[in-house]
Amino acid sequence: MDLRAVAPRPSPAERAAVDTVLGPPESGWAGGRRDSATDGHAARGGHEARSRRHLLLPALHAVQARVGWISEPALGYICRRLTIPPAEAYGVATFYSLFSTAPQPPAVAHICDDIACRVASAEAVCADLERALGPARTASPDGRTTWLRSPCLGQCDRAPAALLTVAGERPVSAAIAPADAAGILRQLEHAATGMAPGTPTSAPIGPSVPQAGAPGLRLLARVGTVDPTSVDAYRAAGGYRALERALAIGPDRTIAEVTAARLVGRGGAAFPTGRKWAAVAAAPARPHYVVCNADESEPGTFKDRILMEEDPFAVVEAMTIEAFATGAERGFLYLRAEYPLAAERLTNALARTRGAGLLGPDILGSGFAFEIELRRGAGAYVCGEETALFNSIEGKRGEPRNKPPFPVERGLFGRPTAINNVETLANVLPILADGAAAYAATGTDGSTGTKLFCLSGNVARPGLYEVPFGTTLGELLDLAGGVRDGRHIQAILLGGAAGTFVGSDRLDTPLTFEGTRAIGASLGSGVVMVFDDATDLLDILRRIAAFFRDESCGQCVPCRVGTVRQEELLHRLANGHPRGTAADELALLGEIGRAMRDASICGLGQTASSAIESALRQPGLVRL
Amino acid sequence: MTLDPIFTTPLARPSRVPTAPSRPEPAPVELSIDGRAATVPTGSTILEACRAQGIDTPTLCFLENLTPVNVCRICVVEVTGSRVLVPACSRTVEPGMEIQTDSDRVRHSRKMVLEFLGSSVDLSLAPDVARYMERYGADPARYGPVAETVAQPVKIDNELYVRDYSRCILCYKCVEACGVDAQNTFAIAVAGRGFDARISTEANVPLPASACVYCGNCIGVCPTGALMFRSEFEMRRAGTWDEAAQTQTDTICPYCGVGCTLTLHVQDNEIVTVTSPLDQQITEGHLCIKGRFGFRFVQNRAEGE
Ligand SMILES: Cc1cc2nc3c(=O)[nH]c(=O)nc-3n(C[C@H](O)[C@H](O)[C@H](O)COP(=O)(O)O)c2cc1C
Ligand code: SF4
Ligand code: SF4
Ligand code: SF4
Ligand code: FES
Ligand code: FES
Repeated sequence: MDLRAVAPRPSPAERAAVDTVLGPPESGWAGGRRDSATDGHAARGGHEARSRRHLLLPALHAVQARVGWISEPALGYICRRLTIPPAEAYGVATFYSLFSTAPQPPAVAHICDDIACRVASAEAVCADLERALGPARTASPDGRTTWLRSPCLGQCDRAPAALLTVAGERPVSAAIAPADAAGILRQLEHAATGMAPGTPTSAPIGPSVPQAGAPGLRLLARVGTVDPTSVDAYRAAGGYRALERALAIGPDRTIAEVTAARLVGRGGAAFPTGRKWAAVAAAPARPHYVVCNADESEPGTFKDRILMEEDPFAVVEAMTIEAFATGAERGFLYLRAEYPLAAERLTNALARTRGAGLLGPDILGSGFAFEIELRRGAGAYVCGEETALFNSIEGKRGEPRNKPPFPVERGLFGRPTAINNVETLANVLPILADGAAAYAATGTDGSTGTKLFCLSGNVARPGLYEVPFGTTLGELLDLAGGVRDGRHIQAILLGGAAGTFVGSDRLDTPLTFEGTRAIGASLGSGVVMVFDDATDLLDILRRIAAFFRDESCGQCVPCRVGTVRQEELLHRLANGHPRGTAADELALLGEIGRAMRDASICGLGQTASSAIESALRQPGLVRL
Repeated sequence: MTLDPIFTTPLARPSRVPTAPSRPEPAPVELSIDGRAATVPTGSTILEACRAQGIDTPTLCFLENLTPVNVCRICVVEVTGSRVLVPACSRTVEPGMEIQTDSDRVRHSRKMVLEFLGSSVDLSLAPDVARYMERYGADPARYGPVAETVAQPVKIDNELYVRDYSRCILCYKCVEACGVDAQNTFAIAVAGRGFDARISTEANVPLPASACVYCGNCIGVCPTGALMFRSEFEMRRAGTWDEAAQTQTDTICPYCGVGCTLTLHVQDNEIVTVTSPLDQQITEGHLCIKGRFGFRFVQNRAEGE
């Protein structure tokens, strides 16, 4: 039996990448220079080293961005630095789709072939790339570029979308939307020849937010009108009024305002925000944490991205208020890695607010101390589930935890944690600045305030829209210009892949939590995706099934296998080779869906059949 | 020879062993299971409550000596007021809980879990599964012959045990036994995601190149025969494995002062495998490489013995 006493060494580039995150190694044991005076008798490690486990994802990101993939020696070096068993770190690295543990060319084009982009000919883009570069996931002949398929990139209003990542000393990550094969190939070419690819510029924000600059907007008031990089511009536009008021009235009354406004979460579960904050504030264990859930990966959703790109200071201010109210001193903002511009704007906003005394040890001279860290996901939809998100920050596989205990009791690092969606937080500002009563005057009794909707698919003006709760689906579609002339609506997907399909007979549905519930649908993350009569809906359903199969964390049997059986079933339907009759297949689909809904650990499995079943249940919606 | 008094005089001891001050017993929890009232100690799991009532509850990823991971979902029960079914193996009881263990919803989910596993994993060596399939009316064949499976070649890379992940239901038990629940070696973990998730060493290297110390505690906890003594594997392959003809004898491990209980499984006067009872107080059924695999010397008989 061989014992491997010495692990193969990481390359200088790999080592340098890790050291930028972790600092130089402290001792010979951690891979540094041997020095008998310091290393002679004891290894450093133990609790101190293990308490840095949360730096695993940042370290993996650093290597991936520098080298383009994570080799065994690089992983080994990270493990030694952080005292993580290599098998566990390998399990983490292989969990996230943006980390590659096999050699991969430095320049990668991630092409979204998800539902909104399918409607916008993403398959044609993929076919062109396949002709030019060969099959997905294989290196180009010169070994410098490759392309692969990606789930929704959160750019659905500008479909089809792509994400370009180029590893190197100055790594590039940039969204290209709308994308075409020629443009992508040009960018890859630039990257391959070592020229700075130049940040591929996406279209200006204007078309994405057709209402920008209109009077009466609450959440989008500053979007497209106020410089998102300047803290002074933000303050001049009314920024930090809300925090000032919160500091003046104290934590309890701040929570009381949020409760009185009847704000509920916009991340999908519609949980009352005031109740969540009160529970964390009252939790005896310390410290408390606040987390902003900016993992936005629900297909069709791009609202949080636009808020973070165009109004990043609002997110920082709202998190600060949340921390003040719940008694937290540290916050984490967990951003999906596919949002490079949002990362840049938020990083800038954090630096500027720190510089202006709006974040840090003594905020606005009040003595209140709070810090925010930006953490990036690495390609996993399930990490938007709150407990999976905590595990991901902690440097583990993004596997959801069983609840109870709930995050307000045991969340991040096992401590009481208030976690909220970006849009939820954006609502906190008008509530505090203008008071709960003024806030709740808009909307309906059951759904107060305004709501952001992400319109995409076959509408004339896709983009982000803000309307008061209670606006009907038809009115919203009219705002977006309806479907193209000569076409009519086949189906509308509400709430994303985990949502519900409705027919055009539902246009009079008021868009509220209670209104959508009444028709057996949900608002989910605010997705309104329109499919006209030219769309092959069965193909869309098959893509949704593939999405859940790919994104299941794999922990629990109902979801791990159920999503596969569901996808197989849809393939059979789409190919016209059902087992038995189509009705038999629908009955089996119902059985699979029921078990996933009842017995899965988390919301991913519980909703994995929701949209698909809703489409197939409605007579005539899908031709079989 | 006279012994030095130090060997003959007992050491001075306190006159009695100190005991912890007694704590008040927590009040028992009253709840109802399948419509019948039950009283169980505070902190019990629903599974314990069910077992106390004599209700046979299937489990796959649960074992008394491991932390519950509640991933297989075969033990789910219906609790009034809960939107989804809850795992009996990990949820603790609460006063007034109303639990259904055999409702339509429960039976359906258990059936589907069995069908999902049965259609993707080789369960032929998993005890009890056939009985539960029968009870819940599971029919794994209905997903068709092309239903995707986890089938893959057996990993035979060392002399002590084999890993046949075609039989792996991903119950996480081996990972727990290798990790904080017993061995603290962390040689294996779950890698990949979703249906492609697999139990793996670092970078999927063969066991001899991994951190594995061959305690075999993973074999001890594996519910499906995915992890198996090399001796058992070879005998099965040769067609000589005959469980009915085996005897089980408890003894004490001869190697060190921990004194683990060993159960020797003997066929034709040869030790074929070694296990340890879960209720063994010191190590709860876990062993080390010596107790688990170091039995061949017993059989090193001289010619004709
Ligand atoms: C599979 C899955 C993915 C989710 N993704 C997100 C997400 O990307 N962003 C988000 O805010 N919430 C997401 N959620 C909901 C969160 O678990 C959680 O409910 C939310 O962050 C709470 O914030 P809120 O109360 O402000 O809505 C997801 C839930 C599930 C089950
Ligand atoms: S439901 Fe799916 S995603 Fe959620 S824990 Fe289970 S396997 Fe993982
Ligand atoms: S190898 Fe056995 S113990 Fe390990 S996860 Fe698979 S079935 Fe469970
Ligand atoms: S199995 Fe190992 S630990 Fe237990 S008594 Fe034998 S040698 Fe000691
Ligand atoms: S960006 Fe392609 S579907 Fe959302
Ligand atoms: S035995 Fe309870 S979930 Fe597996």
